[in-house]
This record gives sequence, C-alpha cells and structure tokens, in this order.
Amino acid sequence: MRYEAPQTVEEAARLLHGAPAPARVLAGGTDLIVQMRSGVAEPALVVDIKRIAGTREIVAEDGGFRIGAAVPCAAMGEHAALCAAWPGIVEAANLIGSTQVQGRATIAGNLCNGSPAADSVPGLVAAGATARIAGPGGVRDCPVVDILAGPGRTTLAPDEFVVSLFLPARPPHAADAYLRFIPRTEMDIAVASAAVNVTLAGDGSVAKAQVALGAVAPTVRLVEAAGEALVGSRMDDGALDAMTVACRAACSPIDDKRGTVEFRIHVAGVLARRAALIAFNRAGGRT
Amino acid sequence: MKTIPVSATVNGDAVEFLCAPDETLLDTLRDRLGLTGAKEGCGSGDCGACSVMLDGRVVCACLVLAAEAEGAEISTVEGLAQGERLHPLQRHFIDEAALQCGVCTPGILVAAKALLDRNPDPTDEEVRYWLAGNLCRCTGYDKIIRAVKSAAAEMRGDAR
Repeated sequence: MRYEAPQTVEEAARLLHGAPAPARVLAGGTDLIVQMRSGVAEPALVVDIKRIAGTREIVAEDGGFRIGAAVPCAAMGEHAALCAAWPGIVEAANLIGSTQVQGRATIAGNLCNGSPAADSVPGLVAAGATARIAGPGGVRDCPVVDILAGPGRTTLAPDEFVVSLFLPARPPHAADAYLRFIPRTEMDIAVASAAVNVTLAGDGSVAKAQVALGAVAPTVRLVEAAGEALVGSRMDDGALDAMTVACRAACSPIDDKRGTVEFRIHVAGVLARRAALIAFNRAGGRT
Repeated sequence: MKTIPVSATVNGDAVEFLCAPDETLLDTLRDRLGLTGAKEGCGSGDCGACSVMLDGRVVCACLVLAAEAEGAEISTVEGLAQGERLHPLQRHFIDEAALQCGVCTPGILVAAKALLDRNPDPTDEEVRYWLAGNLCRCTGYDKIIRAVKSAAAEMRGDAR
C-alpha cells in the first residue's frame, strides 16, 4: 500500500486517476481504517485529503456554509453559526459514534461510505445540500441526494472525491431537526431515522418542507410527498398524519436483527412526525 | 512497502520515526516509541482503550495511520503525571478504586482529561456521554464517573 498526502485538489485528483485500483480517499478514517484492518478494503493507494487547503475548514459562503470534506463532526458542534443555522445536521453529526470517533469522522465520509443508516445524510438531503466533487476533469457540484446509489455505493466515479459540502443560505424562520431510533442511548447505528427541514411563511405557516428518511430503504430517501403534506399547515394533526402516511409509504426496509420491516416503517413515521414538530418550533412556529 | 519518515511531538518531545504506510499510530506508539499505555482492545474504534490526544482532540489511535501524524501534537497517558506526581485524575481513580484490570484505564484517563479541559464541571450525564466510547468490562462505570467528578472538583479548587 502507498500513502500519499497531496497538498492540492488537482494533485489528489491526479493520484486517484492514475492509481492502480483500488484506491481510497482518507479523511477521518473511521470507516476506511476499520475496513482496512478487517480486510474488507485492501487499497493499493490511500490518498489523505487532510493536507489540502480548505478541507479542514467551515467557511461562510453566499449566506450558507461550506464544510470541508475533512472537517471532523466535533468541529461542527463547536461552530456557533453553523449550529444556529442547521441544528439538525449538527445534532446528526454529533450522534455518530463516540467522542473519539467524532474527533475524526466527517460528514463527507459519512456520505461516501454509502450506508443507508448514515446519521448525517438525511439532514443533508433535507437541506438540499450539494457536494463539490473533484475528478480528473476538474470540479463539479452535485446534489447530495444524487450521490446515493445503494448500500456501500455512491454515484462517484472511482477517480472522483468529495472536496466539500455546501449548505445553502437560510431564509429567516427556517430550521431543521434529526431523530433516530437506536435500542441504546449512544454508540449505535440507526434502526430508522428522519430529518425534517422547514421554512415558515410570514403568517407562521409552513412555506416549504423537506423530509428525508434513513435506514428504511437501500439509500437515504427524500420523501417529497411528506414535505408537501406539511406545506400551508401549522403542523396540525391532519397535516402531520398525512406526512406520516407519506413517510411510511416511502419505506422499503430490510428485516434484520436490528428491526423488523413493520417496526422500521412504523418508527420512521413516528420519528418524522416528532422531528417535524421540533424543526417547526425551532423555526419559531407556534401550533 | 516503502517506509515513511514522520516528525511529530509526543508528550511535548519532538520525535522522528519511520513507519509502514498502513501502520496505525497505536502500533507506532507502542512498538516503536515504547509508549505502551494506550492499549489495543477492539482495533475498530469501539472500545476507546487506545485513546490519545491528536492535535487537541481525543481519538482512537487504532484508527489513525501513523503517517497522518506528520507535524501533529500527540499526547498519551504517559504525559499525564509530572514526574512522580500523579495527575488529579490518576489519584482519584486510585482513591475511588475506579479500575480493576486496568486495560481501559489509560484511555479513560486521556478522554476524561480532554473532557475536563473543555468542561471543568460536567454533570454525571455529560461524563457518561463523553466516555460512552470508553468501554470498561470489570469496574462498573459508577466508580469511574465518581472519580472523574471528584478529580474535577479538586481541579476546580472546590472545598470537599
């Protein structure tokens, strides 16, 4: 195995493009190094992107935030402006693994690892986040939702990597929330999860809502019908019931020791409902 | 495999070492630098026995490549005591009998110090969540939480 720590995006892209397969990108390493040590991944080349300028920074951009691909989850929780604007995404990032894992793990890595249960991905999808992706042809921006392909898979080409994630500008009276179900209180993988992102209109009703579910389908799933069910409402029971039905209809989970199909479908609806109310209250809404 | 030269600071001392590209920081600390305080428990980032500080954050040394440590500041449990004088956390762990076999203890001490450096007066709940990634299979966590809190009180200068 070769280890390289390039200083520029171009150099990293060149290394990945010219590499004998398999090559892997290293940010926080909390998935990759586990895979390497267990023999699941045997990369011929590891490209550490942490020395590339900007990959370890959170910067304000166009009213939103650009989060470098190597920013550890713990650093997100320490960024007051990010926490204020995107509390749901930050709370999701700070649910991943232990304190030790949060000191290294990144949301870009969480996305690229491709787990349907990835805690930070429903929030990114509900936020309409985009990923900046570098490859041999240069850099492109892609909605996070279009990167998801299936368990352990993304739509990135083998010689592409995520440089940063972008969370768009927030209008006033907007907020998000994330909830997951695990059988313990920490250090576990979501059995079902839900992120809700809402923007309120001037009269306090929901102007826009996006709902994304985790661990109930081969990928994190954006449930457009669930978001639409909330529009115009003040989170009254009728709107929440319609949203819950839409969420459950979008679920196609697996049945395993962590949860049955029926349980996952039911809980996804419950979590979405609770997350919607939290996001609504955070946005300043009053039922 | 080509070895990689790395310069870093460990417990305040400048160190240079050669490592294999796929070697973990934990193996380097233990096998090349003789710092055997950090332990390998699970090797997958679940147990926290290999907790060390890396550039101001507590991490699992088993999930860091040694090559990544170029230019980094690392501290381990060996850096806690000042000569013969134990750190308050170490003393309170002894006083409260917060260890039995001791395998988890170095990692818990490093992680607990990282907590108290940020939050000198944590609640029980904060200590428990912060240390959720440090598994102990024999002491039982109550004594550990008590030791962390009594060390915190001493470090704050509270009368007891």
